[in-house]
Amino acid sequence: MTSKSASSGIVAGIDVGGTFTDLVLFESRASTVRLAKVPTTLEDQSVGVVGALDAAGADVAALDLIVHGTTTTTNAVLERRLCKTGLITTMGFRDVLELGRRTRPNAYGMKGDFRPLIPRDLRMEVRERMDASGAELVALDEEALRAAVQALVDTGCEALVIHFLHAYANPAHELRAAEIAAEIWPNGNITMGHALLSESREYERGVTAAVNASVQPLLRRYVERLADKLAQRGYAHDLLVMNGNGGMVSARIVAREAAKTVMSGPASGVMAAAYTGRRAGILDLLTYDMGGTSTDVAMIRGAEPAVSHEIEIEYAMPIHVPMVDVRTVGAGGGSIAKVNAAGLLQVGPDSAGSTPGPICYGRGGTQPTISDANLLLGRMDPAKFTTAEAPVTLEEIRGIFAKELGAPLGLDAEAAAEAVLRIATAKMADAVRMVSVSLGEDPRDFALFAFGGAGPLHASAIARELGVPHVLVPARPGITNALGCVVADLRHDFVNTVNRPLDAVEIETVHALLADQIAAGCAAIAAEAVEVSDIRILPSVDMQFIGQTHLLRVPLESETPSIEDLRALFAAAYYRRFQVDLPEIRPALVNVNCSVIGRRPEIDLGLLIDAAARRETLDAALTGHRRVWFDGWHDTPVYWRDHLPMNATLTGPAIIEQMDTTIVLEPGARAGQDKDGNILITLGATA
Amino acid sequence: MSTLDPITLSVIQSGLQQVCDEMDLSFSRAAFSPVIAEANDRSDGIYSAEDGSLIAQGSQGLPVFVGTMQYSTRTLIEWIADGRAVAPKPGDIYIVNDPYLGGTHLMDVRFAMPFYRDGRIFCWLSNTGHWPDTGGAVPGGFSASATAVEQEGLRLPPVRLFKEGVLDPEIYGIICSNIRVSDQRIGDVKAQAAALYVGQSRLTRLLDRYGDDTVREAIAELRVRAAEQMRASIREIPPGTYTSVAYVDSDGVVNEPLEIRLSIQALGDRLIFDFAGSSPPCAGPMNSVLATTMSSVYLATRHIFPDVPISAGAFEPLEVIRPEGTFLDAQYPRPVSGCAAEVSQRIAEAVFVALAEALPDRVTAAPAGSSGNFALGGSVPEEGRSFVMYQISGGGYGGWAGGDGISNGCSTIGISKAPPVEIMEQQFPVLYHRYALHEGSGGAGRQRGGFGLDYEVELRKGTARASFVMDHGRFGPQGVLGGADGQVNRVVVTQGGVETVPEHLSKAQDIPLAAGDRVRVATPGGGGYGDPMTREAALVAEDVRLGRYTPEQARALFGVVVSADGVVDAAATEAARNIG
Repeated sequence: MTSKSASSGIVAGIDVGGTFTDLVLFESRASTVRLAKVPTTLEDQSVGVVGALDAAGADVAALDLIVHGTTTTTNAVLERRLCKTGLITTMGFRDVLELGRRTRPNAYGMKGDFRPLIPRDLRMEVRERMDASGAELVALDEEALRAAVQALVDTGCEALVIHFLHAYANPAHELRAAEIAAEIWPNGNITMGHALLSESREYERGVTAAVNASVQPLLRRYVERLADKLAQRGYAHDLLVMNGNGGMVSARIVAREAAKTVMSGPASGVMAAAYTGRRAGILDLLTYDMGGTSTDVAMIRGAEPAVSHEIEIEYAMPIHVPMVDVRTVGAGGGSIAKVNAAGLLQVGPDSAGSTPGPICYGRGGTQPTISDANLLLGRMDPAKFTTAEAPVTLEEIRGIFAKELGAPLGLDAEAAAEAVLRIATAKMADAVRMVSVSLGEDPRDFALFAFGGAGPLHASAIARELGVPHVLVPARPGITNALGCVVADLRHDFVNTVNRPLDAVEIETVHALLADQIAAGCAAIAAEAVEVSDIRILPSVDMQFIGQTHLLRVPLESETPSIEDLRALFAAAYYRRFQVDLPEIRPALVNVNCSVIGRRPEIDLGLLIDAAARRETLDAALTGHRRVWFDGWHDTPVYWRDHLPMNATLTGPAIIEQMDTTIVLEPGARAGQDKDGNILITLGATA
Repeated sequence: MSTLDPITLSVIQSGLQQVCDEMDLSFSRAAFSPVIAEANDRSDGIYSAEDGSLIAQGSQGLPVFVGTMQYSTRTLIEWIADGRAVAPKPGDIYIVNDPYLGGTHLMDVRFAMPFYRDGRIFCWLSNTGHWPDTGGAVPGGFSASATAVEQEGLRLPPVRLFKEGVLDPEIYGIICSNIRVSDQRIGDVKAQAAALYVGQSRLTRLLDRYGDDTVREAIAELRVRAAEQMRASIREIPPGTYTSVAYVDSDGVVNEPLEIRLSIQALGDRLIFDFAGSSPPCAGPMNSVLATTMSSVYLATRHIFPDVPISAGAFEPLEVIRPEGTFLDAQYPRPVSGCAAEVSQRIAEAVFVALAEALPDRVTAAPAGSSGNFALGGSVPEEGRSFVMYQISGGGYGGWAGGDGISNGCSTIGISKAPPVEIMEQQFPVLYHRYALHEGSGGAGRQRGGFGLDYEVELRKGTARASFVMDHGRFGPQGVLGGADGQVNRVVVTQGGVETVPEHLSKAQDIPLAAGDRVRVATPGGGGYGDPMTREAALVAEDVRLGRYTPEQARALFGVVVSADGVVDAAATEAARNIG
């Protein structure tokens, strides 16, 4: 077994995003932090990772721990660059993956496209059958199975899915089939349907398994390549990889459950937000990560990110493994504004993406975007864009806004740009509200945690629209995902299905299930190569009224609840969500769950901004003034964040700039800082 | 002309939409009936206080309710005005399911709640949910051989089920005494009411934020603008008259096809829909009430122009001539259970087919257009339980300019998911032997139709009776612009080892099944788009390689000579295609 790395030593978190690879390196003994941002190398992400370590001047051999967030699997899935994968399934059911759940991409419009993850000719059937209770109806035809496996090997498949009906109830056939397949299959890339998700619903389980299999070889090759490169440079410890549930797992075994790494980037940002919030004493947060093409929103309650088991990452592609519940809204800096046929201004859903990108990128973009509006209104520094490949002047942008938007709306260019921001704000606020409402919470009970390159530009306006009183902007909003790698917990999630009326449940069974889950979680954490400071146990149950199909997650306060506790907690949670009581109907206990979380030793986030760089007075942090539009032009002071004195308080209008983002402080909003260098914005009365 | 700035207007528009979306979400999450909770067979909206016209509707609401609720709200307002319904007080919620008062079929139960500001009704909040049962001859309400609405279930005029916020136990008692599985209905009733309460609090917040007058002005202006946007869309259609005919297999009672004859007059910025010459009212349950007929026209138009927001303004440029004397304007007591699920989809098909030539880049060939309702009610005496199972199924969508049709898409008028096989087998004493692509079913075309579903299910224990309300068993979904029709729906029942096909092909009621008996359903494929002889041979070969068509079908339908493993004989193909 690998020796435990002291997390109190030197820890590097490296996150590979779509555009940049970010690194944050904590050296606790020396109380130093190093940051790096280098371009992502799409062909082989490990090149960028090593590049980031070099850029930070890191001595790889001296590192105690490297935690890595990768988009290898995310990109592979979204761009369908998947490994050739075969499926063996129950006779009569090979088309389940192609038929889906009988849907269409949009409520209106009978068009669209859907490609199954595994093409029809690579989906084989064999005789075998379990019924819903797990009883065997037809024995597994082992001879046919061998032939099917061999046929798939012969076509050059790299990975194999074995997915039988009702395997969640009785996996015996899947287990036996995998055993036989392993004799023939040239590599270890065999995924059983029940292994990642032991729940009914054959489409969802099958897609989850198919995603896992078809990215597994890619992820395996990638982490091996990266581990080799790091080893060549003398790295002697275990490489850890982030999972979508906000936990991390050793690179040695990560590929086994490769599907869990899909969406790990956004999850790690949310983990960093939860960590930052907990240290700041703000436990309930809505996170708001705005990038170029999309915005990710998530909810954190009591410093715990909401986790979902039912994420659909695109049309008809459910991945039902626990993942931090991050919802993506199709609005980002590149969202295009246009006047529609009804004469109404519309922002998104079309995006200029990164190519050609907004007009201001100078890559040939000609349609007005949110980023261009920010630039035109002075919220972003025009000087920053003079480095573009083919610089575009503000005058040109103003001209396009006047022509494309201003003329049809009867507005001048600035008013049109302001309108774009108002619509974008309303839209993103609606999205944030929808996320909180769907999770049963009122957004006004939360603070907004703004990160990503564009998040802090809009956060105050969105908070105001939502009635959210506070905004938290962390010290380094642009590297939040990398920070998440450093602070993330070790996490293991367990689910056991009970599915009985509450009256008929023997509470001892529930206690025993929870005890087993806790023991398994603690054992798994003990086996990891990372030191933890303490272990938290988060027990919960999923309940419903008998006859309902949706479940309500009810957190438990103890590992030994009584039946009456469950009844009362569920009734209270139900009323909070739906504003009705249902004494007429009996509740049922569906699942008993537990998350076992190993918390890592505390890291001093105050190190993220160099204390020595801070100036004595606010005036000394001032870099100048520029015209910024807030309902008209205001001559607005611009500060450099790293220079702000710790005790400084500001009142808007003001602009705070830093390496990785720009913070807009609207007129009347007040900002202060805490010991970790977070900026806390308190909004004035609603405009 | 409005004095509102366009920005406030956009913000209020999205705010109203948000209120409705939150109502939709709350309704589904709290509901018990899987038809609502899983299949989203429900819709929520905001309606004008003056005439019930549609102000905003949830984006994830069932499309067929897009037009109906405004008629039902309008009728309620009229009834209150002339005293046929009791005048409301704050906190009241009306319940109504009468199809002839702006509805669909009896199972679609509407709730309507007046929304007050300063003691006056500002607007109505209303929703529709498909109840799993409202009484009648067969469980679930889809009686294929009903000849009068009384056989279809309990019919409620608008009455106040909630009075000043309190559920009226007397009315509720009457309802529960007349429907099946009534013990769970309280959960759905409260879910349906809860959605309206959620809407009430969200709308209150919106009005507090922007002011009643501003919102009222915005609503009026949005209506004008939606109408303008629809007119702008319609201008894409060259002026002229466009016609089509679509068929319903039979009414379930008399085994004759029903004909929908549609003539669309495009007059620059408006469209006139005329169904003159369509079949007269029918004996069985395939009649459509006027609200459903209108709504079907609206939803079909919106499928063609999905960008136009849903509001009454969008419907203004669409004039539907009342199809008096036809089965598309059913009067009491004509049975109507098939109207929302089947006839509405055939009306939409007629609209698509009529406009295909005028809007070749927008319109698709006909989709499967059947909800595929298959109900199995029975009992397992040795286990002392009875059950009612519903299987809904999808079918192929039509080809379109940009690509082939989707396989196993949901109904044209719905957005619901079908239940997984594993869930069905957990809940009911059945075993599925296949759940597969209906091979060869996609209509041939330059862009072919999508494929239907082919499933076979066996009753494992006890006895049961099977009923079907499906369609397109006699005529496949129509191809357009030279494309071929999709394959028809096929139902085969195996009783005691003997296979039979229902007399009405896609409709039947109370077929007795014993343990071991089976039902096989192969649903329609979508219509093809464009001349199949111009389809790229490589695409045909790929479909053959994947077993979607046989080499024989490739030769006959597409003129492509290809081996079973997908190798095209180019010379033979060229020869075959030149001969035609």
